[in-house]
This record gives sequence, C-alpha cells and structure tokens, in this order.
Amino acid sequence: MSSSTTPALPPVLPPVEAIPPEMRFVETDLVRTKLKRQKIAKAVFGTMSVAMILPLLLIIGYLVERAWPSLSLEFLIDVPRAGMKEGGIWPALIGTIYLVFISLAVSAPIGIMAAIYLNEYAKDNWFNRIINLAVINLAGVPSIVHALFGLGAFVYAANLGYSIISASLTLAIMTLPVIIASTREALASVPMSFREACWNVGATRWQTIKAIVLPNSISGILTGVILQVSRAAGETAPIMFTGVVFYKAVERGTLLPYYLNEQCMALSMHLYTLSTQVPDVKESLPFATAVVLLASVLMVNASAIALRVYLRSRKKW
Amino acid sequence: MSDKRRATRPLWAVYGEKTLEWVIRVAGVSAIIFVVAIFFFVFREAAPMLVNKDFSLKEFLFSPEWYPTSMSNVRYGTLALTVGTFSVTILAMVIAVPFGLGGAIFISEFCGHKTKETLKIVIELLAAIPSVVWGFIGLTVMSKIIMKVTGAPVGVNMLNGAIILALMSVPIIVSIGEDALKAVPDSYREAGLALGATQWQLVYRVLLPAAKNGLLAAVLLGVGRAVGETMAVLMATGHAVHIPEGILDSVRTLTANIAAELGEAPAGSPHYRVLFMTGVLLFSITFVVNLTADLVVRGIRKKG
Repeated sequence: MSSSTTPALPPVLPPVEAIPPEMRFVETDLVRTKLKRQKIAKAVFGTMSVAMILPLLLIIGYLVERAWPSLSLEFLIDVPRAGMKEGGIWPALIGTIYLVFISLAVSAPIGIMAAIYLNEYAKDNWFNRIINLAVINLAGVPSIVHALFGLGAFVYAANLGYSIISASLTLAIMTLPVIIASTREALASVPMSFREACWNVGATRWQTIKAIVLPNSISGILTGVILQVSRAAGETAPIMFTGVVFYKAVERGTLLPYYLNEQCMALSMHLYTLSTQVPDVKESLPFATAVVLLASVLMVNASAIALRVYLRSRKKW
Repeated sequence: MSDKRRATRPLWAVYGEKTLEWVIRVAGVSAIIFVVAIFFFVFREAAPMLVNKDFSLKEFLFSPEWYPTSMSNVRYGTLALTVGTFSVTILAMVIAVPFGLGGAIFISEFCGHKTKETLKIVIELLAAIPSVVWGFIGLTVMSKIIMKVTGAPVGVNMLNGAIILALMSVPIIVSIGEDALKAVPDSYREAGLALGATQWQLVYRVLLPAAKNGLLAAVLLGVGRAVGETMAVLMATGHAVHIPEGILDSVRTLTANIAAELGEAPAGSPHYRVLFMTGVLLFSITFVVNLTADLVVRGIRKKG
C-alpha cells in the first residue's frame, strides 16, 4: 500500500588504486606468518588423516592379493580337509552365523527395552546415573574378561557346558551396552514435541512409545543392531573358551549342522587357529579366511551406514 | 457424561501395559545386573586362590616371576604381564594420540562437508575391523615390515603390537575427539574468526582449550580399548613373559596371557584360578580407566 522508499544503495567503493597507500590494508609480517602457519597446519593434519587410512587400504589390498588363489565359491562351501591344511571354511561360516543370530536375538530385545527405559521412563536421579555408569563400564570390559565370565557363569554355574548357547549368551552380554547406546541415540533424536502432542490427546506413556517414538526411530535402532552383527561376527576371545572349537566335523554344505548344546567352529576362531596353530597350512588359506571375515564384516557395516545415510536424507524434521 | 460415551480400554490392555512397563524397567536395570554379575562370577572362580598357601597378593601384584605350572616352586607374579600391558599401551598411545587428535581436528575444522562425511564413514569402517584380523595383519604383514626396517630377528614384538593397537584405537580417538570439538559452541569460532584469526589460530588458541576434557576422554577410551584388547596383542606381541628392555623385545600382556593359558589350565586348578584372578585385576584396571573417562566427560557437560 504505502510505497516504501527503497533504501539508498551504499556508495560504490572506489578502486584500490584510488585509495592512498597509507590507508590501504597492508599485509604485515604478522599476517604472512599466520597465513603460512595456517597452510602448514592444514597440510599436517590432512597428511595425518591420510596416513591412518592409506596404509590400511594397502594392507587390505595385499591380503586380497595373497588370498586370491584360494578365493572361490568352493572355498566357502567346502569343509576343512587334511588336518585343516586344505579345503574350505563352511563349518566356521555357519557357526559364526549361528552365534551372531542367537546372541542378537537375546541382546537386541533386552538392549532396546533398556534404552526405552533409560530414554523414556528414567528420571535424572542417582539411580539412573548409576545405570548409565554401568552401561559405560559394561562397554569397556575387556573381551577376555567376558570370556572368563561366560566360562564361570554359563559354562559352569548355569551348567550349559561348552556350547553354542553359552558362547552366544557371552556374546550377547558383550554387544548389549552398544545396542543400548545406539538405541538411546535413535530414541533421543525423536523431538520432544511429538511426544507432548501425543500425551495431550490422552495417550499413556506406553501408547506414546508404541505409536510415536518407536515408528519414528525404528530405522536408527535397526542400524545400531545391524552394526552389532559385524561386531559379534568378528569377536574371538569371548567365544574361544565358551563353546567354539578348533575343529568340528560337518557335512559339506549342510545348512543346519549344529545343535545348540554342541560346540561349533567360528570364522574368527578359525582364522586364529589357521594362522597360529596349524603347521604347514596351505599358504593362501589363512589369507582367504581373513579376507572372507573382513569382507563380510565390512559389507554388513557398509550396508548399515548406507541405510542410515538414506534414512537421514528422508527425515522430515 | 454417560458411561457409554466415555472411551474405555479393555482391562487386559491396561494390565498388559503395566506388565510391559515392568519388563522394560527390569531390562533397564540389566546393565547394572550384568556388571555386578561379571565381577561376581569372575571373582567367584578366583576367590579360592586367596586362601591357597602358594599365593600371596603381594607376590601376585609385584613379582615378575610367572611360573604357574612349575612342579617344585610355583610362582604367580604378574608384574611382567602388567608392565607388558602398560608398555604396549603407552607406546601405542604415543603413536595413536597425535594421529587420532590430528585426524579429529582435520575432520572437524579443516575439511569441507563432502570430505568430512567420507572420512567419517571410512573411520567408522576401520573401527569395525575385527581384532583377530588386526592380529593376523600384525603376524603376517607388520612383522615382515618390522624385520626389514629395524633388522630385528623376530617381527612379533612390542613395537608390532603397539602399531597394531595404535591403528585399532585411532578410529575411537578420532570419532570421540571429533564429537568433543563439535560440542564447542559455534559462537566461539565466530568470535575468533571475527577477530581475524586463521583456522589454525582458532584451533590452537580457542578450540583445544575449550574441548580439552572431551579430547582427554577420547584418549582415555583409546587407552581402555588398548588395555583390554586380546586377540591382536596375542598374535602380534610374541610370547615372552619378562619385563621388556627395548621396543623390539617380545612381551606378553595380561589379556594375551589369559587367552594363551586358559585352554591348558584344568578347571579348578590353582593355575586356572590365578588366571581368573588376572581377570579381576584387568576388570579393575579398565573399570578405573572408564570411570575416569566418564567423570572427565561429565566435567564438560556440567560446564557447558
């Protein structure tokens, strides 16, 4: 309505030459030094970042190269032969899958519920601070102490014996704190206003969690659980004294070779055995085992990360 | 309002919800239960050793003589193992801390958005490499490199273990250090830039002092991982139980010792129990390290 007067444009700056030299901004020695230092710092830190990544890529390349003669589908589905000096890794592969799935079937529900408690129910008091502290400490317990615990608690005290179930439970307790932490993060990323809106229409706490919090955070929770698949698959120490053995005879290619109260082989343990305990093993065999373990772990991780990136880009708030 | 118009929920839903909330509460406490259970069960296996006539706590902690299976004169001193653990850890941290913090600073302050996201993903993938694969790398690749470069007769030694541990703890230090730097409010950066500071001046004068505690916590968590690491040091450090004299000596750590000997110790024997005692010692060390890290982090939160 009112034709507001457009503000006057600032006067155009005169060209540099028009400014008398004593009034120009001059690059002093101080400025030059500081810019030089900035450049050096950037180069140094950049080199450091590259220096921790590049050698690893070279090493992985080297592992693949050494493993190449043994890598084939046959290697995956064949059983170890000639006192583990030849053959494949089938029983170890299946054993690892058993351990990972059973341990996550135990730790994921407990971990997710614990995280729901900590994020949705717990008030900020001394008791819940102790729970937080316990989660942090549980995450820091060395894997070999988990092994001792599994041996003392599951194998002997609970009388489960050296078995898949003992090893899986030990792994489950090991992965628990990380699942709690990642789930909490996912739950905490749901804005408080979503919950408040739900409470305001009369929903109870649990109804809110079920209808609002979980659907909005399920992708984050899942990513956290998937990441634990790779961690559980790679662990060796906690399972080596609770239910995983050097060698177990299994039919070639059978899908469900183990009972839960039996011992089994596992990929990580198999790599340890091949590289330290078996004399005159075929050269490329331990390398191939390492590459298979590494590839499966990295593939699981990469897919979890890809899922996370995709879901984050779709996030509506 | 008449009863008909009031929205009611069936009784089973009300009670079902109550039960479920109780289950959730129990799960919430599970972390405490498990930490206590770990200490209890490990200590329970170790406890009979305390009354064994061959065992004294002083010898256990301060004697370097570890002869748990000797017929004539059993000695259970873990000093050499403790020294082994700490010397490998310290050497690893000397290598890992500059790289870890440098990487964290670069990712957080110096590089563009695209590079940042890529580097973070690569770091996350590095953190996922299983420890047994690291041990294998130490055994096959690193030992050859060390033999070639230093001329040492054996490639599996303290230096090897330390390099492997450093590579393993760098991702943790980077990601937690980066979090700590991210937690410094942007207004600090803006104030610095407005005064004409370069990024390096900003990092050195503003961000490092402000994020000091978080970075310390990152280092401590790296230490915690290095102390507790088992398979990698088992495969990469060699197996001599003695106090190392140089970085090319082979050493044995507390964790590797348990992993190497537990399989041979008959259940219930003094040897077996003393290994559990080592577990209690290890649990206590990492407990203290993690607790300190947590208190340090809490320190920043209170201030911020």
